Amino acid sequence: MTDRRSFLRMTMAGAAGMLVAGCDRISQTAWGADTLGKAEGLNRRVQALLSPSGSMAREYTEADISSVFHPNGTTMPATPAYRALMASGFRDYRLQVDGLVRHPAMLSIEDLKRLDVRTQITRHDCVEGWSAIGKWQGTVLSAVLDHVGVDPRARYVMFHCFDEMEEDTPYYESIDLVEAMHPQTLLAFALNGRPLPVPNGAPLRLRVGRQLGYKQAKYLARIELVSSFEDIGDGNGGYWEDQGYEWYAGI
Amino acid sequence: MSAESLDAGAVPPTSPATPVPRKLVYRHPLPIRIMHWINVVALTLMLLSGLQIFNAHPSLYWGNRSDEGSEILSLDARRDAAGKLIGVTRIGRHEFTTTGFLGVSGGSDRPQVRGFPAWLTVPGSQWLAMGRRWHFFFAWVFVLNGLCYVGYAIATRHLQRDLWPTRADWRGLGRSIVEHLRFRHPHGEAALRYNILQRLAYLVVIFVFGVGIVLMGLAMSPRMDAVLAPMVEAVGGRQSARTIHFIIAWGFVAFVLIHLFEVLISGVFNQLRGMITGRFAIDAAPADTGTPNPGALPESVPPEQKPHD
Repeated sequence: MTDRRSFLRMTMAGAAGMLVAGCDRISQTAWGADTLGKAEGLNRRVQALLSPSGSMAREYTEADISSVFHPNGTTMPATPAYRALMASGFRDYRLQVDGLVRHPAMLSIEDLKRLDVRTQITRHDCVEGWSAIGKWQGTVLSAVLDHVGVDPRARYVMFHCFDEMEEDTPYYESIDLVEAMHPQTLLAFALNGRPLPVPNGAPLRLRVGRQLGYKQAKYLARIELVSSFEDIGDGNGGYWEDQGYEWYAGI
Repeated sequence: MSAESLDAGAVPPTSPATPVPRKLVYRHPLPIRIMHWINVVALTLMLLSGLQIFNAHPSLYWGNRSDEGSEILSLDARRDAAGKLIGVTRIGRHEFTTTGFLGVSGGSDRPQVRGFPAWLTVPGSQWLAMGRRWHFFFAWVFVLNGLCYVGYAIATRHLQRDLWPTRADWRGLGRSIVEHLRFRHPHGEAALRYNILQRLAYLVVIFVFGVGIVLMGLAMSPRMDAVLAPMVEAVGGRQSARTIHFIIAWGFVAFVLIHLFEVLISGVFNQLRGMITGRFAIDAAPADTGTPNPGALPESVPPEQKPHD
């Protein structure tokens, strides 16, 4: 009986293993990965159709807030530039805004607070599957873009970060202008009523209401408006995108 | 053939002494067969890539948040006193040691901490980005194939005629359950007709599992949640949707196992041929073929039935 059972188990595991091995070979080819990746464009277009660009992420109440907002990825950037800012409590922090803009700027947190500020209690959904809810306060990104004046050639907003994922590979992300102009897209400087803690991205991070966690770039150093992100990093629009994740993180 | 007049429960007695002549009928039309096998591929790859995605965070929760300590299921690992990795599966407050399969797998020489084992995930290694590609690609295959199937089934009245239970079907429910438990299956014309349990199983799988798993998948999409929020909240939240998505996936597995078991015990070759070539052999009733002729080659009668579509 045990023999038969173990034989059955081996057969099943063997058959599944062969299927998995076949799929692995497809995954490792360029055409396989590209073909499977075709679904991304479909996801993006169909979701934009079903959930229009102006649709709002659900906002929660104070009672829904996670007691611990789990920090993922980098929790303590090691770069000297960041460490120096942190040592002085981010007093000397300036967000650099440049690229295809009419008036490049260096904005302090105080400067940002003088622009249009919004508070929202939204859910953070990690690509891994978990969710957390936090109260974010920050400057509406569209107000920052209006402040600097966007050049008509600009199509994407790039977010360059202080934290390095590997040596000389800083975290970066990008969103298109439609997402950038969404009212729930914030440059957040506070979480749950307190200045943004270091593990959660101090002093400033991005919040995009309707995309997964890896879009929510932390430790923002610079915002750059570009017409294309082909020449940045490996050209896929973000650190995780360069590792094979979809640029469109709405699903 | 008049489906209504047939009695699904009446199993013609078979005599082992005299072989009953068989005849082939055209049972499954080509579109159904194609869609069936596309579905096999899509469901298999979605399950395996789904387990890969699950492995990125092998815990389930209820509500909108995944608070630590509130897991309703988790595939975890810990070290025993000797420092050996132990796979631990927790369901609520119950804890099971599942080393080798759940939590920790990959053999005793190279144990790996992972929810489901490598032979059950696509890709085999921990590779979430690629798992998502497989999953979303075949999600589209599954959805488009499913929509084609339902459209076809309604247009050809397959749904109304063969799947929707009649009042007579409902009356035969008890008898059908008994027949299934005794592993008895009709062999004649009645074998062509879906019995009440089959009808209910197919309807639940298509309209509860199929529709449900797609909606629960969409409920995990933050972009879709901007418009699906009422539905997401109705099921308890995004993490509830993830849990239901997982449960329905195993519901599909349970259905497939029962389906395969029924195929095995009701004539695996005949059933497979039915779903590949469309032709399915049934016992020819004496009234249909004249005098039973034991010497006649089985399955030599050309298909004369209209498709059981």
